[in-house]
Amino acid sequence: MTVTLDILPVLPELFVALCGLILVLIGVFRSGDPTRPIATLSIMTMVTAMLLVWALGPDRQTGFGGLFVADRFAAFAKQLILLGSILSTALAIPFLEREKTTRFEYPVLVLFATLGMMVMVSANDFMSLYMGLELSSLPLYVLAAFHRDSPRAAEAGVKYFVLGALASGLLLYGISLLYGFSGTTSFLGLARSFEDLSGPPAVGIVVGLVFVVAGLAFKVSAAPFHMWTPDVYEGAPTPVTAFFSVAPKIAALCLLTRVMVEPFAAMTDQWRQVVVALAVISMLVGAFAALTQSNIKRLMAYSSIGHAGYILVGLAAGSVLGVQAILIYLTIYLFMNIAVFAVILSMRRMGRHVEGIADLAGLSKTNPAMAFVMAVLMFSMAGIPPLAGFWGKFYVFMAAIEAGLYPLAVVGLVTSVVAAYYYLRIVKVMYFDEPVESFDHPIGSAPVVAMSVGTMVVLGFTFLPAPLVTGAKAAAAALFPTG
Amino acid sequence: MTVMFEIGLSHYLTVAAILFTLGVVGIFLNRKNVIIIMMSIELILLAVNLNLVAFSSVLHDLVGQVLAMFVLTVAAAEAAIGLAIIVVFFRSRGTIAVEDISQLKG
Repeated sequence: MTVTLDILPVLPELFVALCGLILVLIGVFRSGDPTRPIATLSIMTMVTAMLLVWALGPDRQTGFGGLFVADRFAAFAKQLILLGSILSTALAIPFLEREKTTRFEYPVLVLFATLGMMVMVSANDFMSLYMGLELSSLPLYVLAAFHRDSPRAAEAGVKYFVLGALASGLLLYGISLLYGFSGTTSFLGLARSFEDLSGPPAVGIVVGLVFVVAGLAFKVSAAPFHMWTPDVYEGAPTPVTAFFSVAPKIAALCLLTRVMVEPFAAMTDQWRQVVVALAVISMLVGAFAALTQSNIKRLMAYSSIGHAGYILVGLAAGSVLGVQAILIYLTIYLFMNIAVFAVILSMRRMGRHVEGIADLAGLSKTNPAMAFVMAVLMFSMAGIPPLAGFWGKFYVFMAAIEAGLYPLAVVGLVTSVVAAYYYLRIVKVMYFDEPVESFDHPIGSAPVVAMSVGTMVVLGFTFLPAPLVTGAKAAAAALFPTG
Repeated sequence: MTVMFEIGLSHYLTVAAILFTLGVVGIFLNRKNVIIIMMSIELILLAVNLNLVAFSSVLHDLVGQVLAMFVLTVAAAEAAIGLAIIVVFFRSRGTIAVEDISQLKG
């Protein structure tokens, strides 16, 4: 094989990396405030990367001597990650300008984090997995503390850094054990070494697997490894929270899916118990801890923990149907969350941002359009048919039932009823509480676009589910050798 | 005189496991200073490297050592970013005591 062929699958990542480096140079040498042009260029870079991912085609190709793989699953995940990064960058710039905290590093850091996530979902070896994970984590630590004059943002940065580094340490320790007891770090090699196994796997392998799952559970903010999530979501600047809640989450969940389904396919019975436990605890924490929250960013943090739980239900099924359900859920989650954060970013009163749920009171009278959008999104998050959020949960629970995991599906249903309470409370506050002062007008074009796109997807999925469902099915099948 | 016993893989793994445990315990039991947490993180990464190099030597396979080099590099970058964040925290709060990192909760 020639060098050109080996490097072709990495083309989108190489393009993003090169553009990121060029953007750093432009930012340093350009006089004046280069944030807006750099943000535009960074969005254009990500749009081009989406096209490149699409142009690579659906066939499975490996690069860097098997360390890197480009298949349908990776392509699907990358499109979601890039879309999340594009939308959150577009939402962030007006916010940063209003808060007078524009620095050109913001779009560049988002771009590098996105690059790391693209490498993560394409990892075919624990070495490239680790490099991708760290490449995405390091910019995220900085982004969490991006408002460096705000004590809350600095605290969010410290917390995220300490727990993120601990998670990386756990993951690495697990990788070292897996390497030692199987003799390889490649996903293919690991899968082969388990196939020939007669009897139970070595203790070192099981311990390593548990450490790897624990490390990745930190990154997807699944309970009981979720401690950082509410604090970081609340403390970080709102556009950063919007970014955190979509792109890194999607990347980490896709990575976890690939690691469980590809190298550890033969050990499904071992890891299923761990994933089921994570899913149940996450759904419970997401439902019950959110009930008493008054800050909407903190509420969204618990909501995202709950969503991680539902997605892990799909993973616990461990089948093509389960992975398909994960991808459908993630896509719907992406659009819902970006639109909700577009609303949160528009919660501005007399030039100051407000984050309390009580601040939404009477929104239906002061801004009916925004109240309608938020109500649709909250109904969708609660999983009320016929909105998209319902179908996300439907596919996940179907996969669990098909795999015979009835108790898991029951817990999921019960927690989603509990969670519906706090989603619907927001609707109640908006429609039936006495109006407080209205939010500042106008809210700008980026949030309006994000809100309308999100609402359209949420409302329209029922009528046009085919593209997403078939796309997710093909992507899921790519992870299973026979499928 | 011959040595009393040969130092084998299990000894390396034991030392690494002790270092790793010390690191994790150091993060959670430490109530004093964020810098100590940084040191604990380094300890965890060192334990991992020791594991990797020991396995690599026993397996006669270079992948472990290559991964150890990557871990070293990333650990340096991580420490740089961690210290920068701690400086930011210190500037805005005037302290880096662990018990003062408690503004956000609920």
